[in-house]
Amino acid sequence: MTRRSPLAAAGLALAVVLLLLWSLFPLYYAVLTSMESGSGIFRIRWWPEAIELGNYRALFATGAFGRSILNSVLVAVLVVTASAALGLTAAHALGRIRFPGRRLILLAVLAVSMFPQVAVLSGMFTLIRGLGLYNSLWGLALAYLLFTLPFTVWVLTTFIRELPVEIEEAAIMDGAGPFTILIRIFLPLMWPAIVTTGLIAFIIAWNEFLFALTFTLTDDMRTVPVAIALLTGGSQHELPWGMIMAASVTVTLPLVALVLVFQRRLVAGLTAGAVKG
Amino acid sequence: MSATTGAGGRGSTRTAAVFLSPMMAVLALVAVWPLARTIWFGFTDASLTAPGDYGLVGFANYLEAYDGAWYGILADPTWWRALANTLIFAAASVTLETVLGIAMALVLNAEFRGRGWVRAAVLVPWAIPTVVSAKMWAWMLHDQFGIVNAGLMALGLIDRPVAWLADATTALPAVILVDVWKTTPFVALLMLAALQTVPRDCYEAARVDGIPAWKVFVFITLPLIRPALAVAVVFRLLDALRVFDLVYVMTGNAEATMTLSVHARQQLVQFQDMGYGSAASTLLFLVVGLVTILWLAVLRPDRSAVAGQREGAGA
Repeated sequence: MTRRSPLAAAGLALAVVLLLLWSLFPLYYAVLTSMESGSGIFRIRWWPEAIELGNYRALFATGAFGRSILNSVLVAVLVVTASAALGLTAAHALGRIRFPGRRLILLAVLAVSMFPQVAVLSGMFTLIRGLGLYNSLWGLALAYLLFTLPFTVWVLTTFIRELPVEIEEAAIMDGAGPFTILIRIFLPLMWPAIVTTGLIAFIIAWNEFLFALTFTLTDDMRTVPVAIALLTGGSQHELPWGMIMAASVTVTLPLVALVLVFQRRLVAGLTAGAVKG
Repeated sequence: MSATTGAGGRGSTRTAAVFLSPMMAVLALVAVWPLARTIWFGFTDASLTAPGDYGLVGFANYLEAYDGAWYGILADPTWWRALANTLIFAAASVTLETVLGIAMALVLNAEFRGRGWVRAAVLVPWAIPTVVSAKMWAWMLHDQFGIVNAGLMALGLIDRPVAWLADATTALPAVILVDVWKTTPFVALLMLAALQTVPRDCYEAARVDGIPAWKVFVFITLPLIRPALAVAVVFRLLDALRVFDLVYVMTGNAEATMTLSVHARQQLVQFQDMGYGSAASTLLFLVVGLVTILWLAVLRPDRSAVAGQREGAGA
């Protein structure tokens, strides 16, 4: 720790406390609300008085919410797998093989990631209906490739370029073909990058709302963001805030845990390239 | 075969094609084709209930004179309101996120005990799904039972509860606040990464020379983090211009906060007017494209810097 005047030290401490309050209070308050029962929810409290899990029990009582979680997991796993497979082969070509039009393809892929989602909504709707995938998890997984694929291709291409060429040249000397190189040489070296992009693709798929809202129709096909947005209670006008907060906490805590555990790797993935500019 | 291209060589263009075509085919299917269809539908009177059955109407969805009056999106005050909301939302949220993001990064870059934990903690808002943040804040901003009103009243800042999301004057600022809360960590993260590339010697030299902190920031730090800043701003701007989830979940289709994305989806899904809605979507695409081109022309951030973090903020 460097020399710092008492005033500067106090200022820094205050800034850190404010930062923590600002970042964590809403989640803390959601947890607090989720453990309130009945009318207790309508009294403002800053501290927990009793821990009641009634809202969580009610949330999972019908099985609909559990089903939504399962749906989200399935869609996310499909998206991550497909993005990784397609992204890895593409990154191999874009990062390692010099061919005409390579830059153009990279720019086109980047341009796709800038599409406003709404701009493809009606076209995507007819595509999904045309393929018979409306109101199915397959349809959602296909649609999500719109955002996860360009992102995966970019990060994996950046990463593959940084690997030493010598390893690959040695393999070529030994007579390995492109597929062998990809599977036997790159795949083992690429795990850190694949985990990072896979994680980010998972988060994107887990959080997506617009497509999930528009391309599914029935409760049993809903993903968690849509389930939370549409959660209503017994009566039309009284929103079940306790249950909504219980649902929010349930889908958020695993994600927060993932982000905290993989923090360094995520930051590296998200900032890949940006700081070099 | 040159050393820099690895397996590259004349013969491997074929290999590249084999490796690339699956990804290209999928992107053509989920991006190019739907976009082309959307633009096409914008010139038709298609309806969502029977998308196959439509006729061409030219530019009527955009602007049409009929019986001395103007019709179409460009004559629709709701669309102009949505455009204004979107631009206000984007300008305000990106400005605030940038300023707060830099401030947050400066704090996180200082040395203090437990810094690792604090860095992890500020990431929490970013990790929370947008729909969940929207709900959490809608509850905190609740007019009768919200803790924001209770807190402000306890501090004596307001004397009666404010209906933050229902009142047309406070709804847009409230939505902006939540967006700033959620995405500032992303900007801070990029800024922190950039700050860490600033050589320590610069600061040492400045301290030895007794240069005031603000001057060090303006003349040393800021120029050095500028490229990363430009990248962060472009991405945040693009995300802000197409904002949907947050606004839709917090205030639904309310006009006070309606953005271009919410407007387009309302036409498309709620009113089932696929032609008109597609035209609105196309306009949003053009607005985003225009702002991107303008921004790139003004700032010219290094293109290679645009790599990794594309989806990071929006997710």
